[in-house]
Amino acid sequence: MKYMLLIWNRPGFVEGLSEQDRNAIFSEVDEIMKELTESGELVGGQALADPSQTRTVRLTGDRTEVTDGPFMESKEQFAGYLTVDCESPERAVEIAARWPDVRMGFGVLEVRPLMDDAGTEM
Amino acid sequence: MTGPGPAVEDLLRTLAPQVLGLLVRRHGQFDACEDAVQEALLAAALQWPADGVPEHPRSWLVTVATRRLTDAWRSERARRDREVAVAVREPAYAGIAPPPDEEPPAGDDTLRLLFLCCHPALNRPAQVALTLRAVGGLTTAQIARAYLVPEATMSQRIRRAKQRIEAAGARFTMPSPAERDERLRAVLQVLYLVFNEGYTASSGPDLRRAELTVEAVRLARELHRLLPDDGEVAGLLALMLLTDAHRAARTGPDGELVPLAEQDRGRWNRAEIEEGTALVTEALTWSPPGPYQLQAAIAAVHAEAPSAAETDWRQIVALYRLLGRIAPNPMVTLNQAAAVAMVDGPRAGLALLAPLDDDERTAGHHRLAAVRAHLLELAGEPGAAREAYLAAARATTSLPERRYLEVRAARLTDRR
Repeated sequence: MKYMLLIWNRPGFVEGLSEQDRNAIFSEVDEIMKELTESGELVGGQALADPSQTRTVRLTGDRTEVTDGPFMESKEQFAGYLTVDCESPERAVEIAARWPDVRMGFGVLEVRPLMDDAGTEM
Repeated sequence: MTGPGPAVEDLLRTLAPQVLGLLVRRHGQFDACEDAVQEALLAAALQWPADGVPEHPRSWLVTVATRRLTDAWRSERARRDREVAVAVREPAYAGIAPPPDEEPPAGDDTLRLLFLCCHPALNRPAQVALTLRAVGGLTTAQIARAYLVPEATMSQRIRRAKQRIEAAGARFTMPSPAERDERLRAVLQVLYLVFNEGYTASSGPDLRRAELTVEAVRLARELHRLLPDDGEVAGLLALMLLTDAHRAARTGPDGELVPLAEQDRGRWNRAEIEEGTALVTEALTWSPPGPYQLQAAIAAVHAEAPSAAETDWRQIVALYRLLGRIAPNPMVTLNQAAAVAMVDGPRAGLALLAPLDDDERTAGHHRLAAVRAHLLELAGEPGAAREAYLAAARATTSLPERRYLEVRAARLTDRR
């Protein structure tokens, strides 16, 4: 079963951290990614640029309007994702719980199942 | 990448486990032999279509794979020689092989490989991946495409599975009689999983996944040939054939799912139905009934009905009761409830569903909600049926199922 782990965190939270803490976070992420690669669970993942680089596109009246900045004004912003293929939803949650954003309280992870093209007739 | 063509591909898939079995018996080291055979298969897939199939294809593959194995050992030895300046012993022939002079009857190698790949030290996805590669002769890239993961991920899964097998001290021998039944059950489950992965995807945009169905049927056929006295092996093959027979009718022109009751039975595959029905009918005369045989028998009862209305529901209910006794499982109860509703009315079916809300295996499951929705609809409660269809649509992670369930809900909206 494939799950996408959506990482939401406070933009700029790293600014308040010492270099040592920052390095610790990076090596923690490297460690988890290495483990997921070795276990054959990692499907993919990407980090996103700072929310200030975002453009939001929507229909206003009968024309498309483009505005700078993210769609949602909230303390936490969508920062990136990883996709895993693992045996159970519990395992996906276990991976999410280890992510530094969760462990250190800078953000939250959403665990969402991916839809499949296959289906059983009923 | 274009494939080597179906004829060569079939030949390679058939020869793969034979060549691998032979190498493992000669040299031990399942992991290294498996890599060597993969490389030989790839070489053949490139060369044979261009140069023609060699006169003795099996010997060709054995020779090439052995050469790759020797090369691998040589470079491993050179590496170790550089690292430690002491004489290195001959490569370890020990490990998982029985003595090479013990030549088993043909086909035994395929069985041993199946049992090895479904070793209990591996989880199901690892057993599936390894079986497809080592016994099915599929490349890592093909398996990765079928399971929609990057090739690197699949390759890592296979590498790790092989390491686990070695670490568990597994041997390339038949499991002991005590272990054999459980191991065979794992093999059957793995083959059924592969089948379903392909079958349920057969309407999807990715037809490559559907090829898994063909592969699963091929392996089940081979297993049935090797173990003709096992009723459950016959049952599994029958179940696959009877299920696959619906393939052309199970989806509509736009890829939408068509439920069994509404399928155009003229499009069912008669040859598969006849073969599957004969297999399971025959097996049930001498074998104690097992879960695969009973599921196949249920599928056969559906298959023999000229129309949905003429289905022998009483017989289906009886078969589900028996199945629930030998292999109790809430999913069986779910299907039984749907059948009971056709004999004793929807209320009787709904009553059977009630306890499933308290079973953690089915509580909140989309199939429970979908069956309930169907029975509520039959019971003349469109409002409640609609809610149940929508609950099922929210709970499923299948796109075609969600679409089907939303359509069923929408049809009830006006009737509320």
